[in-house]
Amino acid sequence: MIDLRVRERPDLRPTAAAAASNGQTDIVLMARGLSFWYGDTQVLDGIEIDVPGRQVTAIIGPSGCGKSTFLRCFNRMNELVPGTRVEGAVVFGGRQINDRAVDPVEVRRRIGMVFQKPNPFPKSIYDNVAYGPRVNGFRGSMDDIVESSLRRAALWNEVKDDLKKSGLALSGGQQQRLCIARALAVEPDVLLMDEPCSALDPIATTRIEDLIRELCEQLTIVIVTHNMQQAARVSDRTAFFTVTDAGCGILVEHSETQKLFTSPADERTEAYITGRFG
Amino acid sequence: MSAAPTAAAPAPPSSTAAGVWRPRKTLRRWLGWAFQGLTIVSTLLGLALLAALLFDVFRDGAGQVDGHFLSSYPSRFPEQAGLRSALLGTLWMLGLTAVIAFPLGVGASIYLEEYAPDTWLTRFIQLNIANLAGVPSVVYGLLGLGLFVRWFGLGRSVLAGSMTMALLILPLIIVASREALRAVPDSLREGAFALGATRWQMVRRTVLPAAAGGILTGTILALARAIGETAPLITIGALTYIAFDPQGPMDLFTVLPIQIFNWVSLPQKGFADLAAGGIVVLLLVLLIANAAAVALRYRMQRRLQ
Ligand SMILES: Nc1ncnc2c1ncn2[C@@H]1O[C@H](COP(=O)(O)OP(=O)(O)OP(=O)(O)O)[C@@H](O)[C@H]1O
Ligand SMILES: [Mg+2]
Repeated sequence: MIDLRVRERPDLRPTAAAAASNGQTDIVLMARGLSFWYGDTQVLDGIEIDVPGRQVTAIIGPSGCGKSTFLRCFNRMNELVPGTRVEGAVVFGGRQINDRAVDPVEVRRRIGMVFQKPNPFPKSIYDNVAYGPRVNGFRGSMDDIVESSLRRAALWNEVKDDLKKSGLALSGGQQQRLCIARALAVEPDVLLMDEPCSALDPIATTRIEDLIRELCEQLTIVIVTHNMQQAARVSDRTAFFTVTDAGCGILVEHSETQKLFTSPADERTEAYITGRFG
Repeated sequence: MSAAPTAAAPAPPSSTAAGVWRPRKTLRRWLGWAFQGLTIVSTLLGLALLAALLFDVFRDGAGQVDGHFLSSYPSRFPEQAGLRSALLGTLWMLGLTAVIAFPLGVGASIYLEEYAPDTWLTRFIQLNIANLAGVPSVVYGLLGLGLFVRWFGLGRSVLAGSMTMALLILPLIIVASREALRAVPDSLREGAFALGATRWQMVRRTVLPAAAGGILTGTILALARAIGETAPLITIGALTYIAFDPQGPMDLFTVLPIQIFNWVSLPQKGFADLAAGGIVVLLLVLLIANAAAVALRYRMQRRLQ
Protein backbone atom coordinates (compact mmCIF):
# COMPACT_ATOMS: atom_id res chain seq x y z
CA MET A 1 0.00 0.00 0.00
CA ILE A 2 1.12 3.48 -0.73
CA ASP A 3 0.80 6.16 1.85
CA LEU A 4 -1.20 8.96 0.33
CA ARG A 5 -1.08 11.43 3.16
CA VAL A 6 -0.42 14.96 2.10
CA ARG A 7 0.59 17.42 4.76
CA GLU A 8 -0.72 20.93 4.94
CA ARG A 9 1.58 23.29 3.14
CA PRO A 10 0.00 26.58 2.13
CA ASP A 11 3.11 28.16 0.63
CA LEU A 12 4.10 27.78 -3.02
CA ARG A 13 2.03 24.65 -3.43
CA PRO A 14 1.28 24.17 -7.12
CA THR A 15 -2.30 23.98 -8.13
CA ALA A 16 -2.79 20.25 -7.82
CA ALA A 17 -6.25 20.76 -6.39
CA ALA A 18 -7.12 23.07 -9.26
CA ALA A 19 -5.86 20.47 -11.70
CA ALA A 20 -8.05 17.82 -10.15
CA SER A 21 -11.07 20.08 -10.23
CA ASN A 22 -10.95 20.99 -13.90
CA GLY A 23 -9.81 17.52 -14.91
CA GLN A 24 -6.69 18.41 -16.86
CA THR A 25 -3.03 18.23 -15.94
CA ASP A 26 -1.38 21.48 -15.08
CA ILE A 27 2.04 22.52 -16.15
CA VAL A 28 4.14 22.28 -13.00
CA LEU A 29 7.57 23.11 -14.36
CA MET A 30 8.47 25.35 -17.25
CA ALA A 31 11.67 26.47 -18.89
CA ARG A 32 11.63 29.57 -21.05
CA GLY A 33 14.60 30.55 -23.20
CA LEU A 34 16.91 28.70 -20.84
CA SER A 35 20.61 28.98 -21.69
CA PHE A 36 23.49 27.84 -19.57
CA TRP A 37 27.23 28.46 -19.46
CA TYR A 38 30.11 26.73 -17.70
CA GLY A 39 32.57 29.63 -17.67
CA ASP A 40 32.62 30.86 -21.26
CA THR A 41 31.37 27.59 -22.71
CA GLN A 42 27.69 27.56 -23.56
CA VAL A 43 26.17 24.10 -23.03
CA LEU A 44 22.42 24.84 -23.26
CA ASP A 45 20.74 27.16 -25.70
CA GLY A 46 17.22 28.52 -25.53
CA ILE A 47 15.46 25.51 -24.02
CA GLU A 48 11.67 25.81 -23.91
CA ILE A 49 9.76 23.04 -22.20
CA ASP A 50 6.53 22.47 -20.30
CA VAL A 51 6.49 19.65 -17.76
CA PRO A 52 2.97 18.54 -16.85
CA GLY A 53 2.20 17.56 -13.27
CA ARG A 54 1.83 13.97 -12.03
CA GLN A 55 3.43 12.54 -15.11
CA VAL A 56 6.84 11.15 -15.94
CA THR A 57 8.86 13.19 -18.38
CA ALA A 58 11.93 11.48 -19.78
CA ILE A 59 14.92 13.33 -21.18
CA ILE A 60 17.00 11.47 -23.72
CA GLY A 61 19.87 12.47 -25.93
CA PRO A 62 23.49 11.73 -26.76
CA SER A 63 26.18 11.96 -24.10
CA GLY A 64 27.32 15.50 -23.38
CA CYS A 65 24.22 17.19 -24.77
CA GLY A 66 23.48 18.81 -21.44
CA LYS A 67 20.76 16.58 -19.99
CA SER A 68 22.21 16.57 -16.49
CA THR A 69 22.95 20.26 -16.65
CA PHE A 70 19.38 20.94 -17.72
CA LEU A 71 17.95 18.77 -14.96
CA ARG A 72 20.07 20.53 -12.35
CA CYS A 73 18.70 23.90 -13.48
CA PHE A 74 15.36 22.89 -11.98
CA ASN A 75 16.66 22.62 -8.42
CA ARG A 76 19.44 25.14 -8.82
CA MET A 77 22.20 22.65 -8.13
CA ASN A 78 24.23 24.20 -10.91
CA GLU A 79 24.86 27.35 -8.96
CA LEU A 80 27.00 25.30 -6.57
CA VAL A 81 29.48 24.95 -9.42
CA PRO A 82 31.60 28.10 -9.51
CA GLY A 83 31.68 30.17 -12.69
CA THR A 84 28.33 29.11 -14.12
CA ARG A 85 25.69 31.40 -15.61
CA VAL A 86 22.02 30.91 -16.42
CA GLU A 87 19.82 32.97 -18.70
CA GLY A 88 16.11 32.61 -19.17
CA ALA A 89 13.49 31.48 -16.74
CA VAL A 90 12.63 28.34 -14.82
CA VAL A 91 9.06 28.53 -13.60
CA PHE A 92 7.72 26.27 -10.88
CA GLY A 93 4.12 26.48 -9.72
CA GLY A 94 3.70 29.79 -11.49
CA ARG A 95 6.77 31.40 -9.97
CA GLN A 96 10.17 32.06 -11.47
CA ILE A 97 12.62 30.20 -9.27
CA ASN A 98 15.98 30.94 -10.84
CA ASP A 99 15.93 34.36 -9.30
CA ARG A 100 18.12 35.82 -6.61
CA ALA A 101 15.06 36.66 -4.57
CA VAL A 102 14.06 32.99 -4.32
CA ASP A 103 15.85 30.91 -1.73
CA PRO A 104 17.42 27.84 -3.38
CA VAL A 105 16.92 25.95 -0.12
CA GLU A 106 13.14 26.30 -0.50
CA VAL A 107 13.34 25.29 -4.16
CA ARG A 108 15.31 22.13 -3.38
CA ARG A 109 12.97 21.18 -0.61
CA ARG A 110 10.09 21.22 -3.11
CA ILE A 111 12.02 19.75 -6.03
CA GLY A 112 13.94 16.68 -4.90
CA MET A 113 16.72 14.90 -6.72
CA VAL A 114 18.06 11.39 -7.09
CA PHE A 115 21.56 11.09 -8.47
CA GLN A 116 23.16 8.75 -10.94
CA LYS A 117 25.37 7.11 -8.36
CA PRO A 118 23.58 6.17 -5.13
CA ASN A 119 24.93 8.55 -2.48
CA PRO A 120 23.53 7.54 0.91
CA PHE A 121 25.07 9.39 3.84
CA PRO A 122 27.41 7.33 6.05
CA LYS A 123 24.65 7.15 8.63
CA SER A 124 21.98 4.65 9.59
CA ILE A 125 19.09 3.94 7.24
CA TYR A 126 16.82 5.76 9.66
CA ASP A 127 19.02 8.83 9.83
CA ASN A 128 19.37 8.90 6.06
CA VAL A 129 15.62 9.14 5.61
CA ALA A 130 15.16 11.49 8.58
CA TYR A 131 17.83 13.86 7.27
CA GLY A 132 15.54 15.92 5.04
CA PRO A 133 12.72 16.29 7.59
CA ARG A 134 15.27 17.25 10.23
CA VAL A 135 17.03 19.95 8.24
CA ASN A 136 13.66 21.32 7.19
CA GLY A 137 12.39 21.60 10.73
CA PHE A 138 9.80 18.82 10.62
CA ARG A 139 7.80 18.60 13.87
CA GLY A 140 5.86 15.40 14.21
CA SER A 141 6.39 11.69 14.29
CA MET A 142 9.72 11.04 12.66
CA ASP A 143 9.15 7.29 12.90
CA ASP A 144 6.02 7.62 10.80
CA ILE A 145 7.64 9.72 8.14
CA VAL A 146 10.62 7.36 7.93
CA GLU A 147 8.35 4.35 7.61
CA SER A 148 6.02 5.87 5.04
CA SER A 149 8.95 7.12 2.93
CA LEU A 150 10.62 3.71 2.98
CA ARG A 151 7.29 2.12 2.03
CA ARG A 152 6.81 4.53 -0.84
CA ALA A 153 10.31 3.67 -2.05
CA ALA A 154 9.45 -0.06 -1.82
CA LEU A 155 12.32 -0.63 0.60
CA TRP A 156 10.48 -1.00 3.90
CA ASN A 157 10.10 -4.76 3.90
CA GLU A 158 13.78 -5.29 3.28
CA VAL A 159 15.07 -2.96 5.99
CA LYS A 160 12.34 -2.69 8.62
CA ASP A 161 14.11 -5.01 11.04
CA ASP A 162 17.38 -3.13 10.97
CA LEU A 163 16.88 0.58 10.56
CA LYS A 164 20.04 1.19 12.60
CA LYS A 165 22.19 -0.43 9.95
CA SER A 166 24.45 1.83 7.92
CA GLY A 167 22.97 2.94 4.61
CA LEU A 168 26.29 2.02 3.04
CA ALA A 169 25.78 -1.63 4.01
CA LEU A 170 22.92 -1.99 1.50
CA SER A 171 23.24 -3.30 -2.04
CA GLY A 172 23.45 -0.82 -4.91
CA GLY A 173 19.79 -1.14 -5.81
CA GLN A 174 18.73 -0.84 -2.17
CA GLN A 175 20.97 2.19 -1.76
CA GLN A 176 19.30 3.86 -4.71
CA ARG A 177 15.86 3.14 -3.25
CA LEU A 178 17.11 4.52 0.06
CA CYS A 179 18.09 7.70 -1.78
CA ILE A 180 14.61 7.80 -3.30
CA ALA A 181 13.06 7.34 0.15
CA ARG A 182 15.31 10.07 1.48
CA ALA A 183 14.14 12.41 -1.28
CA LEU A 184 10.47 11.49 -0.71
CA ALA A 185 10.71 12.13 3.02
CA VAL A 186 10.54 15.91 2.53
CA GLU A 187 7.42 15.37 0.43
CA PRO A 188 8.61 17.14 -2.68
CA ASP A 189 6.25 18.03 -5.52
CA VAL A 190 8.79 17.13 -8.17
CA LEU A 191 11.43 14.44 -8.25
CA LEU A 192 14.38 14.85 -10.60
CA MET A 193 16.22 11.64 -11.44
CA ASP A 194 19.53 11.66 -13.28
CA GLU A 195 20.09 8.21 -14.77
CA PRO A 196 18.96 6.56 -11.52
CA CYS A 197 19.41 3.03 -12.84
CA SER A 198 22.70 3.30 -14.67
CA ALA A 199 24.62 1.69 -11.80
CA LEU A 200 22.08 -1.09 -11.27
CA ASP A 201 21.43 -4.58 -12.59
CA PRO A 202 18.27 -5.40 -14.61
CA ILE A 203 16.26 -6.62 -11.62
CA ALA A 204 17.01 -3.59 -9.49
CA THR A 205 16.28 -1.45 -12.56
CA THR A 206 12.87 -3.04 -12.99
CA ARG A 207 12.04 -2.36 -9.35
CA ILE A 208 12.93 1.28 -9.69
CA GLU A 209 10.98 1.57 -12.93
CA ASP A 210 7.89 0.10 -11.25
CA LEU A 211 8.42 2.51 -8.42
CA ILE A 212 8.56 5.46 -10.79
CA ARG A 213 5.21 4.45 -12.27
CA GLU A 214 3.70 4.25 -8.80
CA LEU A 215 5.17 7.50 -7.61
CA CYS A 216 3.95 9.51 -10.56
CA GLU A 217 0.44 9.17 -9.24
CA GLN A 218 1.45 11.55 -6.49
CA LEU A 219 4.23 13.67 -7.86
CA THR A 220 5.88 14.92 -11.00
CA ILE A 221 8.96 13.09 -12.18
CA VAL A 222 11.61 14.20 -14.63
CA ILE A 223 14.06 11.46 -15.47
CA VAL A 224 17.22 11.53 -17.54
CA THR A 225 18.04 8.21 -19.12
CA HIS A 226 20.37 6.77 -21.71
CA ASN A 227 18.16 3.79 -22.13
CA MET A 228 15.46 4.40 -24.74
CA GLN A 229 13.53 1.30 -23.73
CA GLN A 230 13.46 2.67 -20.23
CA ALA A 231 12.17 6.00 -21.47
CA ALA A 232 9.50 4.19 -23.46
CA ARG A 233 8.56 2.03 -20.45
CA VAL A 234 8.30 4.61 -17.73
CA SER A 235 7.52 7.98 -19.26
CA ASP A 236 4.39 9.73 -20.43
CA ARG A 237 6.30 12.35 -22.31
CA THR A 238 9.79 12.38 -23.74
CA ALA A 239 12.11 15.25 -24.59
CA PHE A 240 14.93 14.66 -27.02
CA PHE A 241 18.03 16.81 -26.65
CA THR A 242 20.92 16.91 -29.00
CA VAL A 243 24.15 18.81 -29.29
CA THR A 244 24.95 21.28 -32.05
CA ASP A 245 28.26 21.34 -33.89
CA ALA A 246 29.26 24.19 -31.59
CA GLY A 247 28.90 21.80 -28.62
CA CYS A 248 25.73 23.41 -27.38
CA GLY A 249 22.74 21.42 -26.12
CA ILE A 250 19.34 22.11 -27.66
CA LEU A 251 15.89 20.63 -27.27
CA VAL A 252 14.88 19.07 -30.56
CA GLU A 253 11.51 17.62 -29.79
CA HIS A 254 9.19 17.12 -26.88
CA SER A 255 5.96 15.18 -27.12
CA GLU A 256 4.08 12.19 -25.85
CA THR A 257 6.44 9.25 -25.51
CA GLN A 258 4.32 7.07 -27.74
CA LYS A 259 4.37 9.68 -30.47
CA LEU A 260 8.04 10.51 -30.16
CA PHE A 261 9.11 6.92 -30.53
CA THR A 262 6.68 5.93 -33.29
CA SER A 263 6.40 9.02 -35.41
CA PRO A 264 9.08 11.54 -34.50
CA ALA A 265 8.58 14.95 -36.04
CA ASP A 266 12.25 15.72 -36.49
CA GLU A 267 14.69 13.66 -38.50
CA ARG A 268 17.39 14.06 -35.84
CA THR A 269 15.09 12.39 -33.35
CA GLU A 270 14.40 9.60 -35.78
CA ALA A 271 18.11 9.10 -36.44
CA TYR A 272 18.78 8.89 -32.71
CA ILE A 273 15.99 6.50 -31.77
CA THR A 274 16.70 4.20 -34.67
CA GLY A 275 20.34 4.04 -33.61
CA ARG A 276 21.84 5.96 -36.50
CA PHE A 277 23.29 8.57 -34.18
CA GLY A 278 25.61 8.72 -31.19
CA MET B 1 37.01 -21.32 -34.19
CA SER B 2 36.15 -24.98 -34.59
CA ALA B 3 39.39 -26.31 -33.06
CA ALA B 4 38.98 -28.28 -29.82
CA PRO B 5 40.21 -26.39 -26.73
CA THR B 6 43.71 -27.41 -25.72
CA ALA B 7 44.91 -27.74 -22.13
CA ALA B 8 47.83 -25.32 -22.33
CA ALA B 9 47.12 -21.67 -22.97
CA PRO B 10 48.65 -20.65 -26.25
CA ALA B 11 51.76 -18.50 -25.88
CA PRO B 12 51.03 -14.88 -26.75
CA PRO B 13 52.59 -13.86 -30.04
CA SER B 14 55.96 -12.18 -29.66
CA SER B 15 55.18 -9.80 -32.45
CA THR B 16 51.90 -8.29 -33.59
CA ALA B 17 51.05 -5.78 -36.26
CA ALA B 18 51.66 -2.93 -33.80
CA GLY B 19 55.20 -4.02 -32.89
CA VAL B 20 57.33 -6.48 -30.96
CA TRP B 21 56.36 -7.69 -27.42
CA ARG B 22 59.09 -8.60 -24.95
CA PRO B 23 57.36 -9.51 -21.68
CA ARG B 24 60.60 -10.22 -19.68
CA LYS B 25 58.47 -11.79 -16.99
CA THR B 26 61.33 -13.04 -14.83
CA LEU B 27 62.97 -9.64 -14.66
CA ARG B 28 59.67 -7.96 -13.82
CA ARG B 29 58.97 -10.47 -11.08
CA TRP B 30 62.44 -9.96 -9.61
CA LEU B 31 62.07 -6.20 -9.70
CA GLY B 32 58.78 -6.56 -7.85
CA TRP B 33 60.36 -8.70 -5.14
CA ALA B 34 63.38 -6.44 -4.86
CA PHE B 35 61.23 -3.40 -4.30
CA GLN B 36 59.06 -5.17 -1.77
CA GLY B 37 62.21 -6.27 0.06
CA LEU B 38 63.50 -2.72 0.10
CA THR B 39 60.31 -1.39 1.68
CA ILE B 40 60.40 -4.15 4.33
CA VAL B 41 64.00 -3.32 5.19
CA SER B 42 63.21 0.36 5.63
CA THR B 43 60.23 -0.46 7.84
CA LEU B 44 62.29 -2.80 10.02
CA LEU B 45 65.16 -0.34 10.25
CA GLY B 46 62.88 2.39 11.49
CA LEU B 47 61.23 0.06 13.99
CA ALA B 48 64.59 -1.20 15.25
CA LEU B 49 65.90 2.31 15.83
CA LEU B 50 62.73 3.24 17.68
CA ALA B 51 62.89 0.10 19.79
CA ALA B 52 66.55 0.73 20.66
CA LEU B 53 65.73 4.30 21.65
CA LEU B 54 62.80 3.24 23.83
CA PHE B 55 64.81 0.45 25.42
CA ASP B 56 67.64 2.81 26.25
CA VAL B 57 65.34 5.43 27.75
CA PHE B 58 63.28 2.96 29.74
CA ARG B 59 66.36 1.13 31.10
CA ASP B 60 67.73 4.38 32.49
CA GLY B 61 64.49 6.05 33.39
CA ALA B 62 61.79 3.56 34.25
CA GLY B 63 63.25 2.99 37.73
CA GLN B 64 62.96 6.71 38.47
CA VAL B 65 59.26 6.92 37.86
CA ASP B 66 57.46 6.45 41.14
CA GLY B 67 55.00 8.32 43.31
CA HIS B 68 57.71 10.47 44.84
CA PHE B 69 59.08 11.46 41.44
CA LEU B 70 55.66 12.47 40.19
CA SER B 71 54.59 14.34 43.32
CA SER B 72 57.74 16.27 44.27
CA TYR B 73 58.91 19.66 43.15
CA PRO B 74 62.34 20.12 41.60
CA SER B 75 65.22 20.35 44.02
CA ARG B 76 68.96 20.94 44.20
CA PHE B 77 69.31 17.40 45.52
CA PRO B 78 68.73 14.71 42.90
CA GLU B 79 67.28 12.21 45.37
CA GLN B 80 64.60 14.69 46.47
CA ALA B 81 63.74 16.14 43.06
CA GLY B 82 60.55 15.39 41.12
CA LEU B 83 58.65 16.81 38.20
CA ARG B 84 55.27 17.57 39.71
CA SER B 85 55.26 21.19 38.58
CA ALA B 86 56.53 20.33 35.10
CA LEU B 87 53.93 17.60 34.59
CA LEU B 88 51.13 19.88 35.77
CA GLY B 89 52.50 22.67 33.58
CA THR B 90 52.50 20.39 30.57
CA LEU B 91 48.91 19.31 31.26
CA TRP B 92 47.81 22.92 31.72
CA MET B 93 49.49 23.95 28.52
CA LEU B 94 48.09 20.98 26.63
CA GLY B 95 44.54 21.77 27.71
CA LEU B 96 44.74 25.50 27.04
CA THR B 97 46.47 25.00 23.70
CA ALA B 98 43.79 22.54 22.61
CA VAL B 99 41.01 24.89 23.69
CA ILE B 100 42.55 27.75 21.71
CA ALA B 101 43.91 25.97 18.65
CA PHE B 102 41.19 23.40 17.95
CA PRO B 103 38.25 25.73 17.28
CA LEU B 104 40.43 28.23 15.42
CA GLY B 105 42.08 25.59 13.27
CA VAL B 106 38.95 23.62 12.47
CA GLY B 107 37.03 26.83 11.88
CA ALA B 108 39.63 28.13 9.47
CA SER B 109 39.77 24.85 7.60
CA ILE B 110 35.97 24.73 7.30
CA TYR B 111 35.98 28.24 5.93
CA LEU B 112 38.72 27.49 3.43
CA GLU B 113 37.25 24.20 2.24
CA GLU B 114 33.51 24.76 2.43
CA TYR B 115 32.88 28.48 2.13
CA ALA B 116 35.75 30.38 0.51
CA PRO B 117 35.41 31.00 -3.22
CA ASP B 118 38.25 29.57 -5.25
CA THR B 119 40.11 32.80 -6.01
CA TRP B 120 43.82 33.55 -6.26
CA LEU B 121 43.63 35.11 -2.78
CA THR B 122 42.25 31.92 -1.23
CA ARG B 123 44.90 29.87 -2.94
CA PHE B 124 47.58 32.32 -1.79
CA ILE B 125 46.37 32.03 1.80
CA GLN B 126 46.26 28.25 1.61
CA LEU B 127 49.77 28.06 0.24
CA ASN B 128 51.07 30.27 3.02
CA ILE B 129 49.35 28.30 5.74
CA ALA B 130 51.15 25.23 4.45
CA ASN B 131 54.40 27.22 4.53
CA LEU B 132 53.77 28.35 8.10
CA ALA B 133 53.79 24.71 9.17
CA GLY B 134 57.49 24.68 8.28
CA VAL B 135 58.57 27.84 10.13
CA PRO B 136 61.10 27.08 12.93
CA SER B 137 59.48 27.03 16.34
CA VAL B 138 61.85 29.66 17.77
CA VAL B 139 60.24 32.16 15.42
CA TYR B 140 56.89 31.46 17.03
CA GLY B 141 58.56 31.91 20.40
CA LEU B 142 59.80 35.35 19.41
CA LEU B 143 56.34 36.26 18.13
CA GLY B 144 54.78 35.05 21.37
CA LEU B 145 57.31 37.03 23.41
CA GLY B 146 56.59 40.25 21.54
CA LEU B 147 52.85 39.80 21.16
CA PHE B 148 51.48 37.87 24.13
CA VAL B 149 54.08 38.33 26.86
CA ARG B 150 54.84 42.02 26.30
CA TRP B 151 52.12 43.64 24.18
CA PHE B 152 49.13 41.80 25.64
CA GLY B 153 50.87 41.98 29.01
CA LEU B 154 50.24 38.33 29.81
CA GLY B 155 53.74 37.89 31.23
CA ARG B 156 55.43 34.53 31.32
CA SER B 157 52.14 32.80 32.11
CA VAL B 158 50.74 29.44 31.05
CA LEU B 159 48.27 31.39 28.95
CA ALA B 160 51.01 33.21 27.03
CA GLY B 161 52.81 29.90 26.49
CA SER B 162 49.65 28.16 25.35
CA MET B 163 48.78 30.94 22.94
CA THR B 164 52.26 30.71 21.47
CA MET B 165 51.93 26.94 21.14
CA ALA B 166 48.49 27.37 19.61
CA LEU B 167 50.01 29.62 16.96
CA LEU B 168 52.69 27.03 16.35
CA ILE B 169 50.30 24.13 15.79
CA LEU B 170 47.51 26.08 14.11
CA PRO B 171 48.91 25.49 10.61
CA LEU B 172 49.28 21.78 11.35
CA ILE B 173 45.66 21.53 12.47
CA ILE B 174 44.41 23.53 9.50
CA VAL B 175 46.34 21.45 6.98
CA ALA B 176 45.24 18.14 8.54
CA SER B 177 41.61 19.23 8.87
CA ARG B 178 41.51 20.47 5.30
CA GLU B 179 42.78 17.10 4.11
CA ALA B 180 40.07 15.38 6.13
CA LEU B 181 37.37 17.69 4.76
CA ARG B 182 38.58 17.26 1.22
CA ALA B 183 38.36 13.48 1.59
CA VAL B 184 34.58 13.77 2.02
CA PRO B 185 33.10 13.10 -1.42
CA ASP B 186 31.18 15.92 -3.09
CA SER B 187 28.33 13.53 -3.79
CA LEU B 188 27.47 13.72 -0.08
CA ARG B 189 27.43 17.51 -0.19
CA GLU B 190 25.18 17.45 -3.22
CA GLY B 191 22.92 14.92 -1.53
CA ALA B 192 22.52 17.20 1.46
CA PHE B 193 21.86 20.29 -0.64
CA ALA B 194 19.33 18.41 -2.75
CA LEU B 195 17.29 17.73 0.39
CA GLY B 196 17.03 21.42 1.15
CA ALA B 197 19.88 21.70 3.64
CA THR B 198 21.57 25.07 4.04
CA ARG B 199 25.33 25.18 3.71
CA TRP B 200 25.79 25.19 7.46
CA GLN B 201 23.43 22.22 7.89
CA MET B 202 25.31 20.39 5.17
CA VAL B 203 28.63 21.07 6.92
CA ARG B 204 27.34 20.34 10.39
CA ARG B 205 25.36 17.17 9.64
CA THR B 206 27.18 15.62 6.73
CA VAL B 207 30.71 16.86 6.23
CA LEU B 208 31.90 17.23 9.82
CA PRO B 209 30.75 13.78 11.00
CA ALA B 210 32.40 12.20 7.99
CA ALA B 211 35.63 14.14 8.53
CA ALA B 212 35.68 14.00 12.34
CA GLY B 213 38.09 11.08 12.56
CA GLY B 214 40.71 12.75 10.38
CA ILE B 215 40.29 16.11 12.08
CA LEU B 216 40.72 14.63 15.56
CA THR B 217 43.73 12.59 14.57
CA GLY B 218 45.37 15.62 13.00
CA THR B 219 44.64 17.74 16.05
CA ILE B 220 46.04 15.21 18.51
CA LEU B 221 49.19 14.75 16.44
CA ALA B 222 49.61 18.52 16.41
CA LEU B 223 49.10 18.63 20.20
CA ALA B 224 51.67 15.88 20.58
CA ARG B 225 54.09 18.13 18.77
CA ALA B 226 53.25 20.91 21.23
CA ILE B 227 53.97 18.63 24.20
CA GLY B 228 57.49 18.07 22.99
CA GLU B 229 58.38 21.62 21.96
CA THR B 230 60.86 23.50 24.14
CA ALA B 231 62.32 26.32 22.11
CA PRO B 232 59.29 28.65 21.94
CA LEU B 233 58.65 28.35 25.66
CA ILE B 234 62.25 29.05 26.55
CA THR B 235 62.05 32.03 24.20
CA ILE B 236 59.04 33.49 25.95
CA GLY B 237 60.80 32.90 29.28
CA ALA B 238 59.13 29.91 30.88
CA LEU B 239 61.07 29.19 34.04
CA THR B 240 63.12 26.11 34.80
CA TYR B 241 62.58 26.08 38.54
CA ILE B 242 58.97 26.13 39.69
CA ALA B 243 58.22 24.90 43.19
CA PHE B 244 54.44 25.38 43.20
CA ASP B 245 51.43 24.14 41.22
CA PRO B 246 50.06 26.41 38.54
CA GLN B 247 46.58 27.36 39.78
CA GLY B 248 45.28 29.28 36.82
CA PRO B 249 46.11 30.46 33.32
CA MET B 250 48.01 33.51 34.56
CA ASP B 251 50.49 31.55 36.72
CA LEU B 252 54.14 31.05 35.96
CA PHE B 253 54.90 27.59 34.69
CA THR B 254 57.39 25.12 33.38
CA VAL B 255 56.88 22.04 31.22
CA LEU B 256 58.39 18.57 31.01
CA PRO B 257 60.82 19.15 28.15
CA ILE B 258 62.23 22.26 29.86
CA GLN B 259 62.64 20.37 33.13
CA ILE B 260 64.35 17.51 31.31
CA PHE B 261 66.58 19.91 29.43
CA ASN B 262 67.51 21.54 32.72
CA TRP B 263 68.38 18.24 34.40
CA VAL B 264 70.43 17.09 31.42
CA SER B 265 72.53 20.24 31.66
CA LEU B 266 73.41 19.68 35.33
CA PRO B 267 76.72 17.90 36.09
CA GLN B 268 75.73 15.52 38.93
CA LYS B 269 75.14 11.88 37.95
CA GLY B 270 71.75 11.74 39.72
CA PHE B 271 70.26 14.40 37.48
CA ALA B 272 71.02 12.41 34.33
CA ASP B 273 68.87 9.59 35.70
CA LEU B 274 66.14 12.09 36.58
CA ALA B 275 66.24 13.33 33.01
CA ALA B 276 65.75 9.77 31.75
CA GLY B 277 62.80 9.42 34.12
CA GLY B 278 61.39 12.67 32.81
CA ILE B 279 61.64 11.40 29.27
CA VAL B 280 59.71 8.29 30.24
CA VAL B 281 56.95 10.46 31.72
CA LEU B 282 56.92 12.64 28.60
CA LEU B 283 56.62 9.58 26.38
CA LEU B 284 53.80 8.24 28.54
CA VAL B 285 51.90 11.50 28.22
CA LEU B 286 52.34 11.31 24.44
CA LEU B 287 51.19 7.69 24.35
CA ILE B 288 48.11 8.49 26.40
CA ALA B 289 47.27 11.41 24.10
CA ASN B 290 47.60 9.18 21.04
CA ALA B 291 45.58 6.41 22.64
CA ALA B 292 42.88 8.97 23.38
CA ALA B 293 42.92 9.95 19.71
CA VAL B 294 42.51 6.35 18.60
CA ALA B 295 39.69 5.78 21.08
CA LEU B 296 37.89 8.96 20.02
CA ARG B 297 38.26 8.05 16.39
CA TYR B 298 36.95 4.57 17.02
CA ARG B 299 33.93 5.90 18.87
CA MET B 300 33.22 8.36 16.08
CA GLN B 301 33.30 5.60 13.51
CA ARG B 302 31.12 3.37 15.64
CA ARG B 303 28.60 6.16 15.94
CA LEU B 304 28.48 6.44 12.16
CA GLN B 305 27.78 2.77 11.60
N1 LIG C 1 31.34 21.11 -13.99
C1 LIG C 1 31.50 21.33 -15.31
N2 LIG C 1 32.40 22.25 -15.74
C2 LIG C 1 32.58 22.48 -17.05
N3 LIG C 1 31.90 21.85 -18.02
C3 LIG C 1 30.99 20.93 -17.67
C4 LIG C 1 30.75 20.63 -16.30
N4 LIG C 1 29.79 19.68 -16.24
C5 LIG C 1 29.46 19.40 -17.52
N5 LIG C 1 30.18 20.16 -18.38
C6 LIG C 1 30.07 20.14 -19.85
O1 LIG C 1 28.74 20.47 -20.19
C7 LIG C 1 28.28 19.66 -21.24
C8 LIG C 1 27.00 18.97 -20.84
O2 LIG C 1 27.27 18.10 -19.75
P1 LIG C 1 26.17 17.22 -19.08
O3 LIG C 1 26.80 16.50 -17.95
O4 LIG C 1 25.00 18.08 -18.77
O5 LIG C 1 25.80 16.21 -20.25
P2 LIG C 1 24.87 14.94 -20.22
O6 LIG C 1 23.92 15.10 -21.34
O7 LIG C 1 24.30 14.75 -18.88
O8 LIG C 1 25.88 13.79 -20.56
P3 LIG C 1 25.83 12.27 -20.08
O9 LIG C 1 24.71 11.65 -20.85
O10 LIG C 1 27.15 11.72 -20.50
O11 LIG C 1 25.62 12.26 -18.61
C9 LIG C 1 29.41 18.69 -21.58
O12 LIG C 1 30.07 19.17 -22.73
C10 LIG C 1 30.33 18.76 -20.40
O13 LIG C 1 31.65 18.63 -20.82
MG1 LIG D 1 24.55 13.26 -17.31
